[in-house]
Amino acid sequence: MIAEKSHTAQYIIEKISPSAGKVAFMNDTVLSKALLFLEKNGMPSNKYEDYKYCNVDAILKKEFKNIEQKFNQQVSVDAFKIADTYTLVMLNGHFSSTLSDTISEKGLHLSALSNMPELAKTKLGSIANVESDAFIAMNTAFSADGLYIKIDKNTVLSKPIFILHITAALSECFVNSRVLIDLEEGASASIYEEQILIGESKAFTNYLSEKFIGRNAKLNTCLIQSQSQLGYSVNTSQVALQADAHYDNTTITLNGQLVRNNHNVELLGENAQAHLNGLFTANGTSLIDNHTLMDHRVPHCESNELYKGIINHKGIGVFNGKIFVRKDAQKTNAYQSSKNILLSDDATVNAKPQLEIYANDVKCSHGTSTGKIDENAMFYLNARGIGKESAKKMLLSSFAQEVILKIENPELQEKIDQAFTNQI
Amino acid sequence: MITIKNLHASVDGKEILKGINLDIKAGEIHAIMGPNGSGKSTLSSVLAGKDDYEVTEGEVQFNGKNLLDMDAEDRAREGLFLAFQYPVEIPGVSNINFLKTAVNEIREYHGLTPMEGKDFLAMVKEKQKLVELDGKLTNRSVNEGFSGGEKKRNEIFQMAMLNPKLAILDETDSGLDIDALKIVANGVNTLKTKDNAFVVITHYQRLLDYIVPDFVHILYKGKIVKSGGKELALELEAKGYDEVKAKFENQ
Repeated sequence: MIAEKSHTAQYIIEKISPSAGKVAFMNDTVLSKALLFLEKNGMPSNKYEDYKYCNVDAILKKEFKNIEQKFNQQVSVDAFKIADTYTLVMLNGHFSSTLSDTISEKGLHLSALSNMPELAKTKLGSIANVESDAFIAMNTAFSADGLYIKIDKNTVLSKPIFILHITAALSECFVNSRVLIDLEEGASASIYEEQILIGESKAFTNYLSEKFIGRNAKLNTCLIQSQSQLGYSVNTSQVALQADAHYDNTTITLNGQLVRNNHNVELLGENAQAHLNGLFTANGTSLIDNHTLMDHRVPHCESNELYKGIINHKGIGVFNGKIFVRKDAQKTNAYQSSKNILLSDDATVNAKPQLEIYANDVKCSHGTSTGKIDENAMFYLNARGIGKESAKKMLLSSFAQEVILKIENPELQEKIDQAFTNQI
Repeated sequence: MITIKNLHASVDGKEILKGINLDIKAGEIHAIMGPNGSGKSTLSSVLAGKDDYEVTEGEVQFNGKNLLDMDAEDRAREGLFLAFQYPVEIPGVSNINFLKTAVNEIREYHGLTPMEGKDFLAMVKEKQKLVELDGKLTNRSVNEGFSGGEKKRNEIFQMAMLNPKLAILDETDSGLDIDALKIVANGVNTLKTKDNAFVVITHYQRLLDYIVPDFVHILYKGKIVKSGGKELALELEAKGYDEVKAKFENQ
């Protein structure tokens, strides 16, 4: 699709760009590439195939005027904490050391991006290509700051890290937030994240994480998206796995007016494994869009994807799963499944598997199903005296468990189970 | 307990039940037998309130209330229980949680407070012994990965937990080995009192050696064509359904 320059591009360049170029921690070449890309292409409208169902341009055009806001009010984060984890707090894209736990653990390095070691700066933007997507470019050009997490060779974190991303909106605002996670060879860590929105105004969050997983390293992540109906967000997770590395992620989207998740995984070393799971609920007029890309570049790697959605009212769910098996990536195992339940006549789902396979000795499969609540199961519960509402909750919970049970941490599992039950 | 008068029911415009009349009193066990396709399972589904069936004629009084006006959950709350021929698997919902919800929703309907956790667990322990159901199964997801026999025993376990006034066992014996059959029958015999009633729907006489019915009805082509005492089942076993079929073919 030929890029069509939109109003938003003009708007960004004119109104917001004075704040650009001030991203001191960003490599100059990357930064100028990002600005150039934005100037040339603007933001994607629904004429772009990748954003066909997700018209972010229309929203950006009319709603969001300020990039970033200072937020000096008191924020309490206790209610969100997960037992036995290190809590780190990001406030409108800035790492808040006052709200975060003080951590001293051998082999773990934490800092704001603006304070990251000089040598590590070359990693920024090295896998999130600014010329591949306008939101990556935008994040690169406008990120106020961000968080840097590095785990040294063979270090096994004693506790999971929990990053609470708070978007605090006093008036309509646009927040760019960024995290870089770097696991050296043989390192192992669990990093959970939650995105919340406070304040009475609409906010657009553009979040980017780059995850480097070294040889034989293991990263287990979970992202809970619980912004309110005032929240609009695009979240890009760019992951690179070396040989024998493992990556597990579960994305739970509880609400949000518009949520677009781009999860791009590159399997760069043999015998690497990546598992992406997702669960979302779309109520009201929410649009929840999960785009995944599994890029199998080398032989003997494995990937699995399981995405489940529950769509009610006039909600829209989108799943687009691209599996790319390069010519050299023989003996690839790649599986993908997307299942959805529609609860109303006006609810819609667009599920699209996209397999591009250039190797000839691979095992790849995909499946997608969309249906209503199983009537036989409903009758079974009713016949035991369980009313329609409770029965519906039970069956939706049953549907969701397949994803929720993939979460390794019982405390987190419980937190998600509760939040999910409240949402349906 | 329950009075069924001239009950007609269709599915997708096809009439399956063509005028059922049946009167069941407290303390009685009725067996309904019949060849495949005679309408046995339709009758149980219609009574339990499955939406797929349309009642076109007739009425059903259940303890003085119009059963057909009620939703499936209210029929269960009024004390009707259906042991399913094919119990449904519900992954991710534990048997315990499922039963607790059922017990408490039924209690709420009758204006009672939810059962205390420890009382509930004590009841679970007692009732699962009755059907020799492994304690591990009660903690597993509803019917998920259960063998055929375990599923049927789980149905009887649920029946024991919910303590219905009228229980309909829809081909609970089909596919059961003799040991499982004895366990199921023992469950029913233990639960039987002068205040409740059972309808045992079966294709085979074998179950009736263990659950002895007061009345046996033969259902054929959507009608009860013959009723009698327990000896009718033996007669049927000896002669098979062919005689019935031949005799009532043209009715």
